[in-house]
Amino acid sequence: MTDLSLSNKAIAGNTAPPAEARSLRLPTQWLGVTPFFVFAVMFLILPTLYLMLGAFQNEAGEFTFANIVALFSANIVAAYWISIKVSLASSLIGAFAGLAIAIAIVRGGLPNWIRSATLTFSGVASNFAGVPLAFAFIATLGRLGLVTVLLNTLVGLNLYAHGFNLLSFWGLTITYVYFQIPLMVVIIVPAIDGLKREWGEAAATLGATQAQYWRMVVIPVLWPSFLGTVILLFANAFGAIATAYALTGSSLNIVPILLYAQIRGDVLHNAHLGYAIAFGMIFITGLANIFYIWFRTRSERWLK
Amino acid sequence: MKSGRFWAWFVFLMGAAYFFIPLIATIEFSLRMRRGVYSFDAYKVVLGDSQFQATFMFSVIVAVFTILLGVLIVVPTAYWIRLRLPQLRPIVEFITLLPLVIPAIVIVFGYIRMYGSNSPLPFLGSNLGANALLVIGYAALALPYMYRAVDTGLRTIDVRTLTEAAQILGAGWGTIIARVILPNVLIAVLSGAFLTFAIVIGEFTMASLLNRPAFGPYLQNLVANRAYEPAALSIIAFVITWGCMSLIQILSRFAPKSANRPN
Repeated sequence: MTDLSLSNKAIAGNTAPPAEARSLRLPTQWLGVTPFFVFAVMFLILPTLYLMLGAFQNEAGEFTFANIVALFSANIVAAYWISIKVSLASSLIGAFAGLAIAIAIVRGGLPNWIRSATLTFSGVASNFAGVPLAFAFIATLGRLGLVTVLLNTLVGLNLYAHGFNLLSFWGLTITYVYFQIPLMVVIIVPAIDGLKREWGEAAATLGATQAQYWRMVVIPVLWPSFLGTVILLFANAFGAIATAYALTGSSLNIVPILLYAQIRGDVLHNAHLGYAIAFGMIFITGLANIFYIWFRTRSERWLK
Repeated sequence: MKSGRFWAWFVFLMGAAYFFIPLIATIEFSLRMRRGVYSFDAYKVVLGDSQFQATFMFSVIVAVFTILLGVLIVVPTAYWIRLRLPQLRPIVEFITLLPLVIPAIVIVFGYIRMYGSNSPLPFLGSNLGANALLVIGYAALALPYMYRAVDTGLRTIDVRTLTEAAQILGAGWGTIIARVILPNVLIAVLSGAFLTFAIVIGEFTMASLLNRPAFGPYLQNLVANRAYEPAALSIIAFVITWGCMSLIQILSRFAPKSANRPN
């Protein structure tokens, strides 16, 4: 292989001087990726930059921090806070439950078909978001939902009398968990597969108990990819809007819904404040992703 | 070991309950339209609704164009990065991951401000332009998945040798990409395509903010105004997602497993 390519180069070098060949080639080299970069700049980077710059301008186009300062009004801070809480809660619950399920199907000694069935289902459920998901939970835990009614008639437990409400922080969190757990399973199963059997045998040979093996080998190896995935789940929930909008209308004031209302009808009566809200969203998901990339590069060392 | 297996079953069954009960509840609810008996009335009403047919067709067409645009952008780029410009790989991979960082609502907000009817590029000035912008937005959303799928497919074939062989036989770049590279990564492209389809078909945010008559906003509107039909539609949406994922699963069985070249 190496010999062949070398001789090819030698032949090419004989027929055309390298400098000339290069000058002919350079434009076509870059031409191949031009459509991609034009697309990315026009439809990803520029629109985002436009909003980010707009967040630091007033109506007259002058530079200002006023919009960013205005983000800290009670209404908007509350929206960010509840968004962060829902994203954090759903990503943590989703991550731990997903990890437990992943360990159960990979290492729990369950029949093999359960593993493949769970992985397929996870692929489906992690993409099952938005309006249909919201409706599935209305049919389950809504005021007339199946579980609500069954609990009331069979056990005599009235969820809603006990303060539960689907259109609330916990309702939204339980619903988001439906796509968070499968996403965790899909991402973490390869990481658990990457735990080499030899490590367990080596630990056992050295006299480690099962608990020690977990504490000193498994957890340190899985930790970075686990934490990284938590962050990915967080960003995933933070940007989600369709599920929440279908579930709660505009009664639960999370950031994406606030931004949606602002785009629709300028409810904040300040176009540039809308830009600032978008900027804040990118800032938070961007920060989360920087951590994600950092953890990812740390975990990849072990899972090669 | 025995208790370990017990806990594994326990966790699995708890998870299964959490995931299946909402589906069962939705199915049960969707069958209750006629008083007193279970029937498929809700499905009949939904499938017979002309607005359902129109919005669903619209979304299917948008999905097809999104896939075509995605393939057109991603396949030549991923191929070229592998063949000639590996030094650009980190930049391109970073860009393809951007849609995971920038929420869809922010991207579409940027479109509305940049491509409004008074802008130099007035996409939103006409119906056709707005539809095109929707396709473009979806292609951007699907970029991470499409790029990953195609790049994985390219990894399993020997791009350089295939290209050289085609060149020796006198093929131009267009022929090489369309008739040599594309058929070889077709399975990878198709799995990217089905994932794109699953994402696009019920998408709400972009379609709604660009005022397109798509399936997502229709569904949203129905949830707000009807009782049984949305349940039937949720089940239909789940089946469609399931279908797309199963097709990917089936296709991956045909994909070549061995990597001829490392990396």
